[in-house]
Amino acid sequence: MIVADRKPLEEILKHVAGCGRILVLGCGGCVTVCASGGDRQAEHLAAQLRLAAKGQGRAVEVTVKTPTRQCDREFLEPLRADIGPADAVISLACGVGVQLLAEVFEAKPVYPALNTTFMGAHTGPGTWTENCRGCGQCVLAETAGVCPVARCAKSLVNGACGGTNKGKCEVSKEIDCAWYLIYKRLKARGDLSFLRAEREPLDWGKSSSGIRRTLVHPELTDTVPASAPAAPKS
Amino acid sequence: MSKFRDALASGKFTFTGEIGPPKGTNVGPVIEEAVHYLKDCCAAVNVTDIQTAVMRMSSLAACRMLVEHGVEPVLQMVTRDRNRLALQSDLLGAAALGIENVLALTGDHTTMGDHKEAKPVYDLDSVGLLQAMRKLESGTDLGRTMKGEPNALDGTPRFFKGCVVTPCAEEVEPQIIKLEKKVAAGAEFVQTQAVYDPKAFEKFMKSIQHIKVPVLVGIVLLKNAGMAKYMNANVPGVVVPKDIVKRLADADKKEVKKVSVQIAGELIRDMKGMCQGAHIMPLGWDKEIPNVIAASGA
Repeated sequence: MIVADRKPLEEILKHVAGCGRILVLGCGGCVTVCASGGDRQAEHLAAQLRLAAKGQGRAVEVTVKTPTRQCDREFLEPLRADIGPADAVISLACGVGVQLLAEVFEAKPVYPALNTTFMGAHTGPGTWTENCRGCGQCVLAETAGVCPVARCAKSLVNGACGGTNKGKCEVSKEIDCAWYLIYKRLKARGDLSFLRAEREPLDWGKSSSGIRRTLVHPELTDTVPASAPAAPKS
Repeated sequence: MSKFRDALASGKFTFTGEIGPPKGTNVGPVIEEAVHYLKDCCAAVNVTDIQTAVMRMSSLAACRMLVEHGVEPVLQMVTRDRNRLALQSDLLGAAALGIENVLALTGDHTTMGDHKEAKPVYDLDSVGLLQAMRKLESGTDLGRTMKGEPNALDGTPRFFKGCVVTPCAEEVEPQIIKLEKKVAAGAEFVQTQAVYDPKAFEKFMKSIQHIKVPVLVGIVLLKNAGMAKYMNANVPGVVVPKDIVKRLADADKKEVKKVSVQIAGELIRDMKGMCQGAHIMPLGWDKEIPNVIAASGA
């Protein structure tokens, strides 16, 4: 899932200092699961905003809504009536949701309440850890299910660097060396051939380092998107 | 022509030294020391590349200065700070500046250094950098033309390509596998991480008998017992045996440098039969390199 982290209240308050009507929008997707931007966290932020306004002797009307997801237009359209009267919208979605919201309601100031951080798994009570960088060329089949792109601090493709230390990474004794894990798992399976193969550099053009990526499933596109180039005249 | 390559090819036990460019423009003293203390006893002198991710003058610039002073450099190149465009560009530049020896390294992570906010690059890894050098030597590069064909270089460089390995890593098999790949990718010499245990090194050298490239054992001068203990606790794959720590701890403060040089000399003496040379990393004690070599009896 996409993992995000609440911004400090002071930062959020700066943006809505002059607003009388604020709509706080939680998101029912990933950020609900990682307990950063769901309905509960939206209600909590609303209470903080009301309290802060009260402390300053200001009147503020804060309402809360939590759509199923903010990254899909179909869940944003029904919010039109709530968004209309608001002076500002604070979104507890990840950066994806915040942007779509700002695009659908272009005239409305939309502010993020979260810092979007990574794609990760729930790895322990109250703990989420990054596991994928969306490199667009998944090698997990060969690395025994451990991603060297996301989990090696240097995203190396040919095995551990000299910084590998007792199974940990040179950057922190808290972080496992991804290539140590890969080695151990492959060794246990009795096949180190992947580790032995000389690998070419990654194609970073396919990754988040490259240009903005779009996925199209033709079978699902029943209408021609407005941004699509015109068909050549025959 | 690389004198370093020739020295190793001659079968003579070969020494390399190492300098670090300054943090600032005052490069005179380090070049002077290299000329004064390393030129005569070392076949080549490594120049570190933003070592430990602490920003310093470029290795390429300091390498060229060594060339101008008649000292043959080994250009250390890490993949941390430059993408494949910049690395290949600097490799061509190095060739044009008369620098042939290049040591391919991944480089300590940015968060280990003094610019922790810097964006780590790691477009290539050390194997990828060796692959890039081999491409350049073959007259092309890692890219391709608009038609998808290999690019053609106008003038091709020649390098003496090196790599590193950690012989005393706790888990040595992955180190050996990666070394095999580096050599397959074109590495022609190996300089190792610091070794303080000749027995462990002997075992390592036996396990890489099938890898036919010269190995220069890494010798880092231990400045005091505290440094030895620090290395044991913090430097991956470096183990300083207790008796060496004790010798440094027991040494009189005025004598500690002498003891350090003696230890380094003895290590080389004990390991010179196992490998083709020694890479001495003096960490500023450049003046001591001739004394270390003398103490080794090599």
